[in-house]
Amino acid sequence: MTNELDIFVGNTTLIDEDVYRLWLDGYSVSDAVGLRVRSGILEQTGATAGVLQSDTMDHYRTFHMLERLLHTPPKLLHQLVFQIPPSRQALLIERYYAFDEAFVREVLGKKLSKGTKKDLDNISAKTGVTLKSCRRQFDNFKRVFKVVEEMRGSLAGNIQQHFLLSDRLARDYAAVVFFANNRFETGKKKLQYLTFGDLAFCAELMIQNWTPGAVADSQLDDMDVDLDKEFLQDLKELKVLVADKDLLDLHKSLVCTALRGKLSVFAEMEANFKNLSRGLVNIASKLTHTKDVRDLFVDLVEKFIEPCRSDRWPLNDVRLFLNQYSASVHSLDGFRHQTLWDRYMVTLRSCLLRMYHD
Amino acid sequence: MPGKLKVKIVAGRHLPVMDRASDLTDAFVEVKFGNTTFKTDVYHKSLNPQWNSEWFKFEVDDEDLQDEPLQITVLDHDTYSANDAIGKVYIDIDPLLYSEAATVISGWFPIYDTIHGIRGEINVVVKVDLFNDLNRFRQSSCGVKFFCTTSIPKCYRAVIIHGFVEELVVNEDPEYQWIDRIRTPRASNEARQRLISLMSGELQRKIGLKVLEMRGNAVVGYLQCFDLEGESGLVVRAIGTACTLDKLSSTAAFLPACNSPSKEMKEIPFNEDPNPNTHSSGPSTPLKNQTYSFSPSKSYSRQSSSSDTDLSLTPKTGMGSGSAGKEGGPFKALLRQQTQSALEQREFPFFTLTAFPPGFLVHVGGVVSARSVKLLDRIHNPAFVGIMGNTRSYKLLDWNSFNSDEPETRDAWWAEIRQEIKSHAKALGCHAVVGYSESTSICEEVCILSASGTAAVLNPRFLQDGTVEGCLEQRLEENLPAGCGFCHIPYDELNMPFPAHLTYCYSCRKQKVPDVLFTTIDLPADATVIGKGCLIQARLCRLKKKAQAEANATAISNLLPFMEYEVHTQLMNKLKLKGMNALFGLRIQITVGENMLMGLASATGVYLTALPTPGGIQIAGKTPNDGSYEQHISHMQKKINDTIAKNKELYEINPPEIPEEIIGSPIPEPRQRSRLLRSQSESSDEVIELDLSHGKKDAFVLEIDDTDAMEDVHSLLTDVPPPSGFYSCNTEIMPGINNWTSEIQMFTSVRVSRLSNINLTNQTLNKNFNDLCENLLKSLYFKLRSMIPCCLCHVNFTVSLPEDELIQVTVTAVAITFDKHQAVQTTKTQVEKSSQRASIDNEELLQFPLELCTDTLASHPFSSAKEHLESTSSNSGIPAAQRATSIDYSSFADRCNSWIELIKLKAQTIRRGSIKTTMPVEKASPLTEGHFRQRSAPACANSTVGVVKMTPLSFIPGAKITKYLGIINMFFIRETTSLREEGGVSGFLHAFIAEVFAMVRAHVAALGGNAVVSYIMKQCVFMENPNKNQAQCLINVSGDAVIFVRESELEIISTQQPIASCQPACSGGEIAT
Repeated sequence: MTNELDIFVGNTTLIDEDVYRLWLDGYSVSDAVGLRVRSGILEQTGATAGVLQSDTMDHYRTFHMLERLLHTPPKLLHQLVFQIPPSRQALLIERYYAFDEAFVREVLGKKLSKGTKKDLDNISAKTGVTLKSCRRQFDNFKRVFKVVEEMRGSLAGNIQQHFLLSDRLARDYAAVVFFANNRFETGKKKLQYLTFGDLAFCAELMIQNWTPGAVADSQLDDMDVDLDKEFLQDLKELKVLVADKDLLDLHKSLVCTALRGKLSVFAEMEANFKNLSRGLVNIASKLTHTKDVRDLFVDLVEKFIEPCRSDRWPLNDVRLFLNQYSASVHSLDGFRHQTLWDRYMVTLRSCLLRMYHD
Repeated sequence: MPGKLKVKIVAGRHLPVMDRASDLTDAFVEVKFGNTTFKTDVYHKSLNPQWNSEWFKFEVDDEDLQDEPLQITVLDHDTYSANDAIGKVYIDIDPLLYSEAATVISGWFPIYDTIHGIRGEINVVVKVDLFNDLNRFRQSSCGVKFFCTTSIPKCYRAVIIHGFVEELVVNEDPEYQWIDRIRTPRASNEARQRLISLMSGELQRKIGLKVLEMRGNAVVGYLQCFDLEGESGLVVRAIGTACTLDKLSSTAAFLPACNSPSKEMKEIPFNEDPNPNTHSSGPSTPLKNQTYSFSPSKSYSRQSSSSDTDLSLTPKTGMGSGSAGKEGGPFKALLRQQTQSALEQREFPFFTLTAFPPGFLVHVGGVVSARSVKLLDRIHNPAFVGIMGNTRSYKLLDWNSFNSDEPETRDAWWAEIRQEIKSHAKALGCHAVVGYSESTSICEEVCILSASGTAAVLNPRFLQDGTVEGCLEQRLEENLPAGCGFCHIPYDELNMPFPAHLTYCYSCRKQKVPDVLFTTIDLPADATVIGKGCLIQARLCRLKKKAQAEANATAISNLLPFMEYEVHTQLMNKLKLKGMNALFGLRIQITVGENMLMGLASATGVYLTALPTPGGIQIAGKTPNDGSYEQHISHMQKKINDTIAKNKELYEINPPEIPEEIIGSPIPEPRQRSRLLRSQSESSDEVIELDLSHGKKDAFVLEIDDTDAMEDVHSLLTDVPPPSGFYSCNTEIMPGINNWTSEIQMFTSVRVSRLSNINLTNQTLNKNFNDLCENLLKSLYFKLRSMIPCCLCHVNFTVSLPEDELIQVTVTAVAITFDKHQAVQTTKTQVEKSSQRASIDNEELLQFPLELCTDTLASHPFSSAKEHLESTSSNSGIPAAQRATSIDYSSFADRCNSWIELIKLKAQTIRRGSIKTTMPVEKASPLTEGHFRQRSAPACANSTVGVVKMTPLSFIPGAKITKYLGIINMFFIRETTSLREEGGVSGFLHAFIAEVFAMVRAHVAALGGNAVVSYIMKQCVFMENPNKNQAQCLINVSGDAVIFVRESELEIISTQQPIASCQPACSGGEIAT
C-alpha cells in the first residue's frame, strides 16, 4: 500500500526551521530525511521513518510553493494563500536570501551572467555548497541586482525596501551588487585571504564616499551602484604627490618626523616610504581605466599590504603610518587637492586597515 | 422586501501577466447579479489596476438576493480577439440580509479560476439596502439567521427551540449535460459552481421560510450537503434546528455565558441564567416541500395549544421538590407523558444540536441509526431544457410547480429513514433524537443513505414558555441530578429493548444506569468525568464482488448489518481497553466503493463517574488442550491487561477503588451477561480457567476462535496511544482538559493510498486501512509536536473510495495548546473565587463561604468517591447504545435484521471473575485536573491585522465571540490538465486546499470578521487521471464568520467572569443555596 497523495495544510502555514534549512541547503528529500534521522529526531519524538519522509515531503512542497513568492518578498506579505505570522515571514525571507561565505567569495565581483551560472557546478564542487543552493544564491544575487541596478537612492535602502531584508543583510547585498557592477577582481590567489566581511566593509565605504550619491549636491542623480566618474577623473590630480620629487620628499620628511620613535618598524617605513606612497597614489590615478578599477584590490594588496606584511609591520604601525600619511598632506603647501585627497584617502585608509591581516 | 444591491470595484493587485509582449495586463471587471451586468473601464497596462468604479446598482427581489450570488469576473481586454478571463469571485450576499450581521462586505478577494487557481486579488465593496415589505405570501426568508454551530451560539439566548427543519433541491448536474461535450472544462466548472451556489441559496431560503412558518428566527446546527449523483443529478439537501434566538443585549451581564470554554468544560451558551426560558415546542416540521406544509396560522395555533398543555401538565414543583431521583417510576412516567405531548405532534422530534442549554437533556437512551441502500435513477425532467433556454438560464426549477415527483422521491427516502430513527428512539423509551445527522455514500448508481442520532428524553420544562421568575427555581432543580441525570436509563428496566446491564447510578445511587453509554452528542457540561478522554476509532473493510445495479445493492444490503456489528464490537473492545465507559460524538461512516465497503467509526471515550467501572477484556481460546496455544492466549491476555493498566495511567482514570466488603448488594434484578461472540457455541469452561480479567469482577470476553479474531485482538493492541503531551478527541473539547491557551491550528490532511496487492483479503484490507489511519494520526502528532502540550479536538475523519484500489482519508481537526501547570495553580484561586461568589449570592449566611468551599470540593469531584463506597460490582456487556440498520432499495422490500435482533441472537452468559487487581496509583486528584480551570489565557496581544482564525469548534479559546456575521458556505472546483507541472497530485491538492482556506479567510475578513467557527469541510472529492496528466477536485466548506475579542483585551469583566465560569464545576454550590 503506497500513499499516492499525502498532504497537510494548516490554516497557519507550518514552517519547520530545520527542514527549511535543509531545503535551502539544497538537499533532496531523501538526503534531508537521512540527515534528520541522524539528528536523532526519531528517538526524540518516537516517530517512524515513514512519518519523517511524509513530513519532509510536505514541508518541501510548501517551500516550493512559497519560493515563487519569496522571489518578490513584498508579495509574500500581501498574498492571501499562506497565512504566516509576520515574524515567520521575516524568517523565511531572511533565510532565503542568506548566502554562504564560501559561495559569495567565489562569485563576488563576477558578472552575474549566464556564463557564471554555468560555472556554478565548479563552484559547488569547490565550496561544498550543493549546486541547488548555489543556484538559489546566485539567482538571489542576480534578482536583487536587476531590481536595484537602475534605481536611485541608497543602495542598501533600496534593497531593504524591495526585498524586506534585515539591515545587515541588505548591506551585504549592497556590497554584492556593488562588486558585481564594478567587477572588482576578488578571486586572485593573493586575495583569497580576504573574507567577504572585509570586502563588504570596503564596498560600504566606497559606496558611501566614492559614488555620485556621496556628494551632497548631486541628490538628483543619486546613484550608489557606480563609482563617481568625475571623482575618478579628478584622482589623476593626486599624481603630483609622487611625480613632484620635492613634494614627495617633503611628504616623507613630514611623516618621518611625526612618527619617529613611535613605530617599531620605523626604519623599514622610512626605506619603503616612496614605494608605498607611489603605490597608493598610482592606484588613485589609474582608476579612470575600467581594468584598473577591477584590479583595485589586487593592487592594494600588491602595492601596500604585501610590502608591509613582508616587513612585519604590526597593525598599529600601519594605522599610525596611514593616519600620518593622510594627515601630512594637509601641510604640503602647493598641493591644492586637499578635499579630493581626503575623499580618496579616508576610504582607502579604512579599507587597508581592514584588509591588513593574515 | 425588494432591495438595492450596490457594488463598487476599487482595485486589483498581483494580477497575472496576460500580455506576453508587454508583460502586463489590460484588466476590466464585469459585475453580474441575476441577469444584469455592469462593466468597469479597462485599466490599461497594469498588474495593479485602480478602477475606482462608480457604484453599480442592482434593483432586485429579496428572493433573488437570497438565491443569487454576486458574480465578479476579471477579464483581460483584447482588441483583436476575445477577452480572456482572468478569474472570478462569487460573493454570497446573504450575510447582508439580516440586521445583526455584517452591514458591508469590503475587502480583497482572491480572483479564482477553476483551471489556474488564485490569480491575484480584487478589492470590492458591496452594500444592500432593503425595503420593508409585509407581504405575507412572500417567497423569501430574509432575516432568518443561519448557524453551522451545533449549539446555541454564544451571545444569543434560545427563547424557543422549535425543532427539525429540512429541505432538498434537485437539479441536473451540468457536468453531465450534453453541452458539456462541447464546452471548455472552465465553462463546465463555472456552470457547476454557479449552479450549486444558486441551489444552496434557494435551499437556504426555503429552509428560512419553514423557520418563519414555525415562528422562529434562526437555524442552528445547519448542515448542508451535496450528493453528486452523477448521471442522475445533483442533490443539495440541508437539515437544521429551528430556534427563536434573542441577542444578549447587555454583554457585560452575560459575559460569562458568552465566554469561551477555555474555562468552561462544555460550551454551554448560558450557564448563568437566561436560558431557562428555553421553550421547545412548535408544530411538526413540514417534511415534504409544499405538500405537507400547513398555513402559518394553522401551525401557530398548534404550537400554542401544545405549550398550553404543557403548562397545565407541569406542576412547577414536580422536579423542584429536590428529590428528582427518588420517585423514579412516577417521575419518569410524568416526564414521558409531558414530553410526549409536546414532541409527539412533531413529525420528527429531531435536533441537530450536540450541546444544549443546561437542563435541556434529561436522559440519554443511546445511539440510534438507520441506513438504507437505494438505486439512483436519472432525475428526469422534461421541462429542464426549456428552463435552461430561458432568459434566467440557471434559475432553478421550482419542482413543485412542475409536478415533477423526483425530489419527492429523495424526500420519501429520507422520510423513511427518519421514521425509522424515530421508532428506534421510541423503542429506547425516548421521544426525541439529539445530535442528529444525515449522510450519504454514493458509488456509481448505488447510494447508501445514513442517519444517526442519540435517543433522548428532553426536559418538559423546556417545552413551555419559561418565565423569568421560573428561572431561579428551575436552575436549582436542574442542578440536582448533579451531572449523572442524563446517564439514567429512559427505558423501562423490566422491558428493556435490548439486553443490557443495569446498575444503580454511581453518583446518585437512585436511578439505574447502563454499563456503557454511546452517544452522538458532545459531553454535557454538567457531566462528571474522571481523567481525560481519548479518540477511539473502529476501522473496518469488507470486500464485495463487483456487481451491477440491483445485485450490487443486494450485496451491500447483506453486508451492512455485519459491518455495523463489527464496528460496534471494535468500538466496545477499544473502549474497554482504554478503561472507559462512555462514548461521545460517535460518528459511523460507511463508505461504498466498487469492490469494497469501508466502515469508520470515531468517538471520544470518557470515564463517566455515574457509570460502573468497566471490566477488563478477557480472551478465551477455542482449543483447550493445546498447551502452546494456551500459552499464547495467556500471553495475549497479559498484554491486554498491561495495555489497560497503561491506558488508565495515561488517561488518569483512577476512580476510587471500592473495597470488596463494602460493596452493597447487587441489584436484585436477574443479572444477565452478554457476550459478543463470533461463534455461537459456548465455551464457558475454558474461559474460567483463563480468567485473568483485569481488576474487576466482570470482564468483557473476547473469544478467539479463528485467525480472524486473532487479527482483531492484534489490531486492538496495535493502536498506539498518542505521544506524551498529545491528546485527541472528536468532540468539541477534551474532557478533563480545561486550561486552554490561545494558540490554535486548524488543519486538513488528505491521504490517498493505493492498495497494491491484487488478491486482497478482508484481513489485509483491514490492516492496510488501519495502518493508513494510524500513520496519518502519527504524522499529525509529529507535525504538531511544537505545540505540545496540546490536544487535537474535533478530529473528523472522512473516508472515500474514489476508485477501485484507492482509499482516500481526509482529516480536519484543530490543535489547541493547553497549559499543563496552570490548572493546578489556579485551584486555590478557584476555590477562593467560588467562595467569593457564594458570599455574593448568600449575603445573609455569613458562615457560608467556608462551607461552600468544602461543599464544592466534596460534592463535586469527589462525590463519586463517597458514593463509590456503596457501589455494586461493575458489569460489562452489551452497551446501552443501540444500532438499528435497515436496508432496502428501490422497490425491493429487503429489510434486514436490525441490530437489536442481531444482538439478541447472540449467546448470553453470566461470567464473573474473582481476581482483583490493584488500580494504578492515583496520579493527580481529579479535583485539580478535572474540575477547575485556568482563568485567563495568557495574553496574545500581537494579533496582527488580517489574521483570520479557522476552527471546527464553536469557540475560540481565550477569546469571546462578540458577533456572528453570517454563514460561510462555499463550493469550489479546481481542475488541471498539467498535473505533473503542478507538483503531481499532492502539489495540486495542497495548493487547492490552501487556496480554499485563503478564499474562506478573505470572505470572512471582507465581512469584518476575524475567525470562522464551526468550520467544516463537508466534501473533498478528488479525481485523477495521471495518464492524461489531469486531475479534478471539488471542495465544499462551511462555517460561521464571527468577530472575536481576546479575553486579555476585555478589561471590564475581571471580577465577574471567574465566578460564573466556574459554575459548571461547582454546581454543588447551587444546591447548597
